[in-house]
Amino acid sequence: MSVGGDIGVWSVLLAIVGSALRVSTPYLFVSLGETLTEKSGRINLGLEGTLMMGAMSGYAVALGTGSPWLGVLGAGVTGAAFGLLHAGLCSLPRVNDIAVGIALFIFGTGFAVYLGKPLVHPVAPRLPDIDLGFWSSLPSLRAALQVNALLIIGILLAPAMLWILHNTRWGLKLRTVGDSADAARALGYSINGVRATATAIGGFFAGVGGAFLSLYYPGAWTENLSSGQGLMAVTLVIFARWNPINCVFAALLFGGASALGPALQAVGITSNYYLYGAAPYVLTLVLLIRTSSTKHRLFGAPSELSINK
Amino acid sequence: MSEPSQVEAARVPLVEVVGMTKRFGALLALNGVSVRLEPGSFHAILGENGAGKSTLVKCIMGYYRPDAGRLLLDGVQHDIYNPRQALAHGLGLVYQHFTLVPNMTAAENLVLGQTHASPTIDWANERARIESFQRNMPFHVDLDARVTSLAAGEKQKLEILKQLYLGHRVMILDEPTSVLTPSEADQVLGMLRDLTKAGRLSVVLITHKFREVRAFAEDVTVLRGGRLVGAGKVAELNDADLAGLMFGRETVFASADRTATKPGKAALEVRSVTTLNDKAMTACDALSLTVREGEILGVAGVAGNGQRELVEVLAGQRGIEAGEVRVAGVHYDRSRKQMRRYGVHLLTEEPLQNSCVRGMSVAENLSFRNFDDGANVQLGCFVRRSVLRRHARTLIQRYDIRTPTPDARLDTLSGGNVQRTVLARELSGTVSVLIAQNPCVGLDFSATSEIHSQIITARNRGAAILLFSEDLDELLELADRIVVMSEGHIVYETPRAAADVETIGLYMAGHRSEREDLWASNA
Repeated sequence: MSVGGDIGVWSVLLAIVGSALRVSTPYLFVSLGETLTEKSGRINLGLEGTLMMGAMSGYAVALGTGSPWLGVLGAGVTGAAFGLLHAGLCSLPRVNDIAVGIALFIFGTGFAVYLGKPLVHPVAPRLPDIDLGFWSSLPSLRAALQVNALLIIGILLAPAMLWILHNTRWGLKLRTVGDSADAARALGYSINGVRATATAIGGFFAGVGGAFLSLYYPGAWTENLSSGQGLMAVTLVIFARWNPINCVFAALLFGGASALGPALQAVGITSNYYLYGAAPYVLTLVLLIRTSSTKHRLFGAPSELSINK
Repeated sequence: MSEPSQVEAARVPLVEVVGMTKRFGALLALNGVSVRLEPGSFHAILGENGAGKSTLVKCIMGYYRPDAGRLLLDGVQHDIYNPRQALAHGLGLVYQHFTLVPNMTAAENLVLGQTHASPTIDWANERARIESFQRNMPFHVDLDARVTSLAAGEKQKLEILKQLYLGHRVMILDEPTSVLTPSEADQVLGMLRDLTKAGRLSVVLITHKFREVRAFAEDVTVLRGGRLVGAGKVAELNDADLAGLMFGRETVFASADRTATKPGKAALEVRSVTTLNDKAMTACDALSLTVREGEILGVAGVAGNGQRELVEVLAGQRGIEAGEVRVAGVHYDRSRKQMRRYGVHLLTEEPLQNSCVRGMSVAENLSFRNFDDGANVQLGCFVRRSVLRRHARTLIQRYDIRTPTPDARLDTLSGGNVQRTVLARELSGTVSVLIAQNPCVGLDFSATSEIHSQIITARNRGAAILLFSEDLDELLELADRIVVMSEGHIVYETPRAAADVETIGLYMAGHRSEREDLWASNA
């Protein structure tokens, strides 16, 4: 191996770390939101649609107000509204959460594209960078460590969520509803109310994840902005065993896998680009197969989840 | 009501139910029932399935809105429209099924439902409070144990602790002992009786077991067909009085005659079978047993010691890790073909979930064993529905399945009738091997004795019967031989004639033969 080869390996690794940090943010937000929703005993498969609606509305609000942070808030509110729509439909008798989720997935994606037609050309203000690599003189390292405040918020959110789930009355109530509807009923909790709140918060997070896409990275509104991140984040929740802290690592792992193709391209390896592009999807499959078993149920799965019954 | 001192101080109210009536469409489920519950009393409500016991409880607890009737606490009328209001008045309900949250610890379950101003939980403080509360209780549970890891008896104790910790001073228990060993049941009910004697609690025990009424209750109210048919002091009524009230006639509890057959060849052999449970842990560990023709082998054991997994292995629902099952001397691969050839039949517990399709009709459910038989199929693939329906009509009549038509959906039938449907399907063919698992859980006296006599009849005809039961009385009545299953092993075996409840109970509780002497010397 020549010296040049070494530099190549290092720059590929740096590029992967850099884009893992960038790409993982939407995964992180969607999976944290979905963790909360699933902890309440419901699955929201519509988060892909919520992500797109968040990206679109966040871009629109940022464009209109000139503030990207107001855009993030707008995206969250739109996401929460979508979450409430899901929760409202699911609270009707004999309505299946998975079917509603798929319907909202398609509806949200299509609706966002429809409403977002006029947003394709204007340029909205971008969310600012945080320069975590300021101490280094290596430009490639500095570039890799340029992150967004949302990533840091997301990483801090994970332990906060874990704490809330175990140390607040609301957290205990949420877990009760997700783990035993009988117990929740016996305690007089409103199951639909708790689930609606959890789904709305989950939708808020997914909307924020969408705003990250349109306002930071890639940083523009396009019709194919999301490539299934919202859907894969649902898989990621299973892989993370419904633990918010694990969601952080899982999101970084998936982000790294998504970054493989672009990083190799950046150092001039362009062959098999689309094959590397498939890395996150292959990873999803491999992880699901590896972590599943025909012999036992998933440990830590909320008992009320419809996939778990 | 969150402070333990206040919890302790909460007074037990006088509870009066006056003229409670509840109608479901044309059905009068509860017809002017009145019950008076003195503070600190232990009151049993006795009745068959469908007598209105659960309806009465649900009206009291606010799950149903009664059509008429009042609830008075200390003489003051209260309208209770939802369970939360009932809980706020100190009425607690312990369900047939546990309402603990399985993936939470005991401590978390106790803290749940406490009404606190603070939205966060100060765990150090909460634990101190729970521990001081437990010190005053006759029983304790490990606070850090997850509910999923607790045995049934522990769960029931935790459930009761939870109700007391919530400050409930009137506790309604709906068939609480169905999941417990006899000694656990006695322990739990005994503790409740002690608490009532100390004046800290009133207990309403919903049951159909005379033994529990007799051993623990002071007062008894008997319901039949939604009406109150009798009430009084337990001490002043004998079993015949109670049975007469319950059934409206003098019922004779005669078990079917057991013919003195000599057991024949080995019909069902389980040879060193190892299998895993849903968590991939060993459920049965190289377990062996043999059932011979014309013999009932009873398997005693606390739920969760591998019985369910073993039944699933025999039913073909669960994989075998090691070992072999043999029927009539040959390897049994649990295929439909073999089940039919060797006449292997199954009565699983919770039949509606485990051996029926709830959305299909009674007639369809009755035909699962034979719809694809030669005579029921024409042109190789078309099922003759008319033949099956005629067959269903015969079975419905013979087994007294109460259904409006053979085409009614199975899940519209009552529990007892679902059970009869499965019984009809499984016992009407040629039965050489029958595997039965808690076949009478949740059934009333008459249905139970009917199923018992069917099982005995099958035995007398020469069938080999493997009977899993958590009800020791049932095993002592039916089995020719009894084995005890504990932690996936057979730990004890005795012929019926030599069976002793206490010894069996010890082995059920986890004593192994090598520890027997040790235990005896300590006792």
